[in-house]
Amino acid sequence: MYVAVKGGESAILNSYDLLAQQRRGDPAVEELSVDQIRQQLRLAVDRVMTEGSVYDPQLAALAIKQSAGDLVEAIFLLRAYRATLPRLGYSVPLDTAGMQISRRISAAFKDLPGGQVLGPTYDYTQRLLDFSLLATGAKAPVARQAQASTEATPRVVDLLHHESLLETQPAPSGDPDPFDLTRQPVRFPADRSARLQNLARADEGFLLAMAYSTQRGYSESHPFVGEIRFGTVNLSIAPEELGFEISIGDLPITECQMINQFQGSQEQPPQFTRGYGLAFGHSERKAMAMALVDRALRADELGEAVTAPAQMQEFVMSHSDSLESSGFVQHLKLPHYVDFQSELELVRKMRHSFANPKDAHAAG
Amino acid sequence: MIQPSLKDLGRGFAEPAVCSQTVFRQALDALSLPGRLQFLDLSGPMQSMQAPRNAHPAAAALLLALLDQDCKLWLSPGFDESDAATWLRFHTGCALVADSKEADFVWVASPLEMPAFEKLAQGTAEYPELSATCVVQVMGLATSDQAGAWSISGPGINGTSHLQIDGLDSEFTAQRRASQAHSPCGVDFIFTHGVSLVGLPRSTLIKD
Amino acid sequence: MLPVETITPSLVRDPRINFAYLDERTKRMIRRAILKAVAIPGYQVPFGSREMPLPYGWGTGGIQVTASIIGPVDVLKVIDQGSDDTVNAVNIRRFFQRTTGVEVTTDTTSASIIQTRHRIPETPLREGQVLVYQVPVPEPMQRLEPRETETRKLHALQEYGLMHVNLFEDLAHYGHIATTYDYPVLVNGRYIMSPSPIPKFDNPKMHLNPALQLFGAGREKRIYAVPPYTSVESLGFEDHPFEVQRWDAACELCGSRESFLDEVLMDDQGSRMFVCSDSDYCGKRQAGIP
Repeated sequence: MYVAVKGGESAILNSYDLLAQQRRGDPAVEELSVDQIRQQLRLAVDRVMTEGSVYDPQLAALAIKQSAGDLVEAIFLLRAYRATLPRLGYSVPLDTAGMQISRRISAAFKDLPGGQVLGPTYDYTQRLLDFSLLATGAKAPVARQAQASTEATPRVVDLLHHESLLETQPAPSGDPDPFDLTRQPVRFPADRSARLQNLARADEGFLLAMAYSTQRGYSESHPFVGEIRFGTVNLSIAPEELGFEISIGDLPITECQMINQFQGSQEQPPQFTRGYGLAFGHSERKAMAMALVDRALRADELGEAVTAPAQMQEFVMSHSDSLESSGFVQHLKLPHYVDFQSELELVRKMRHSFANPKDAHAAG
Repeated sequence: MIQPSLKDLGRGFAEPAVCSQTVFRQALDALSLPGRLQFLDLSGPMQSMQAPRNAHPAAAALLLALLDQDCKLWLSPGFDESDAATWLRFHTGCALVADSKEADFVWVASPLEMPAFEKLAQGTAEYPELSATCVVQVMGLATSDQAGAWSISGPGINGTSHLQIDGLDSEFTAQRRASQAHSPCGVDFIFTHGVSLVGLPRSTLIKD
Repeated sequence: MLPVETITPSLVRDPRINFAYLDERTKRMIRRAILKAVAIPGYQVPFGSREMPLPYGWGTGGIQVTASIIGPVDVLKVIDQGSDDTVNAVNIRRFFQRTTGVEVTTDTTSASIIQTRHRIPETPLREGQVLVYQVPVPEPMQRLEPRETETRKLHALQEYGLMHVNLFEDLAHYGHIATTYDYPVLVNGRYIMSPSPIPKFDNPKMHLNPALQLFGAGREKRIYAVPPYTSVESLGFEDHPFEVQRWDAACELCGSRESFLDEVLMDDQGSRMFVCSDSDYCGKRQAGIP
């Protein structure tokens, strides 16, 4: 006799045990520590912090451990945690011009004040698997020269201002607070602060594909890397009661300024336009992709025809969040048998009508 | 506006989470079952709330439960001699506005001070929710079929029912009818009298 | 009341988590959205949807609505596909047990809040109950027009030609309207609304229902509502009026010919049987409880 399916609860509880077992792997192998992840998988930690929208390397490393290396899952964990945190206030805008530089390059100029500092990068490595890393216990590597520089390194965009070659971006009148899409729903058309926030949190893969599309004719903006800088910036707050700024710490960030096709009109002489990207830690691919898409999304503002997906605000911003995209794609695993039942019934009916046109005609 | 010192400020909810939820459910009942009287239960954790001067306890509790730092509040002149502004600012973090048209929530001390509809946010056809919720303190509330009572129908009402609001003049229904011509724009009302409250969302039809 | 063998009766509330998980400020924001939704039946109110411990697309909208309205004295029922025991319903119910400690039930009549995915209970609801629907796609016209900037204008102007044309095209193509679930409805004669992916069989239950119906879409960040006793009409044409599904079979377990039936495959020869989708309704009928 058929017995209705029961036991959903015990199935779930058992799945937790199976998952924990899968995550731990072979118990004979030493357990991975959060510190190890933080130190030696730091680029994964940087990505999780950036898209998780929380600067906390310890928590990001924990999320990576808990999710067995599935970074999208780790980002979800961090975001869900962030949603529970109380808001204490806003920092003063980061002064990236005063960054303690670890790496700083410009493709637009051969040389410039502060110099080209290659720093730590995979860019000029040969992508050959290093089998020596299979073993552990090697001596910790030491770089030949000090990484951080204290030389003044003005931003390229500031240098170009002198000739007014590059558009400036004054704060909108009234200097309104930036939009926070984690507190209010976005309305289209969205202003630039909302767009930049959305892009900063966006899934790197999606953003990369969108950015790539702009280089292949799906909107064209002839971009140049004005500057990429990676290093440590100071974080300050200016509490009303004090009336002055106090530093509360520092954090590593990556900033990318793209210089794009110039714009001009009858009334205004041509100037280069800009795209901006920012990420926590060392995340150049993300910052660059963000800067390209930022510029593409400014099409409306700059009077360009909107023809390509990367220029469509609603398209980009509605599909950029990995929590939303992963959640909805994977929700197809949930039971849908009631709706499928409805479809089955309809298709059977229609196939019957198809095979028996006389009946169908009578039924009307 | 009176600026009392903090130590004189009336208490808010003794248990904010529980009290806010209870009062919210009554607001939800009020607006989803318009014309149905709700009664604030002042026993239990609600009893320690100290409503400001000139405030009906139901109105004070309602705003205390619903407002926060993201809300703009306008108070009618009847609260000038009261600590209502400070009370709500302190307990909820809401912002006070001088122009009623900018307010998300409007608190009217008596029906005579009811602002004209054109002075209230009514939303737009694309965003009808960007409109005021008006909490109006009145002289009396009744739901029986007596002379002068409105006959009301619409969403939330099973057939028709009756509602009498003491102190509101005929200007109100005329303005409201004119506003309904621009539906879905409109203003949503909750009337209070002491510890009782009744809802009148823009969707309710009045036959008077 | 039926024995609740399918659920853990007492999961103690975790005192380290705020009641119903959400912080108070988020609850207020959602509550204000709900109040406006109730005042404008069928209109989708945008809200600042939060990341929840369950993924977007898995009921976070319904969960945020329930979390914002639920109180210590509520009695909660959670169903998915009509059953209390499907894994997602179990997961959500456990979430609320852990974060609120409220009494949970499988009994439709004793619940004060019912959170549901894809079904309306067969047992008629009464005034005072709240039915919270999980909604994946709140915009009924999204498949026809993905841009929200456009659909917002259509709703504002009450220009729903697109929907009628789409249904009409089905008739021209197949001789039937091909939409069998998430069948669009007109609410209070004004807004076309997605009832969520309930089978069209359930649509008539929405009309003039004495319970409050709330709809939460977390990923798309919309809340909407149908107050009690509100008209909800499924779209149709004069010569092709709306009609619900019918089965030739009865429920194998309780004999009902009135309820929505799930098809269960018995073997690989194509034999099948039908059982009620609503597990509480079916269980009560089997036990002879009216």
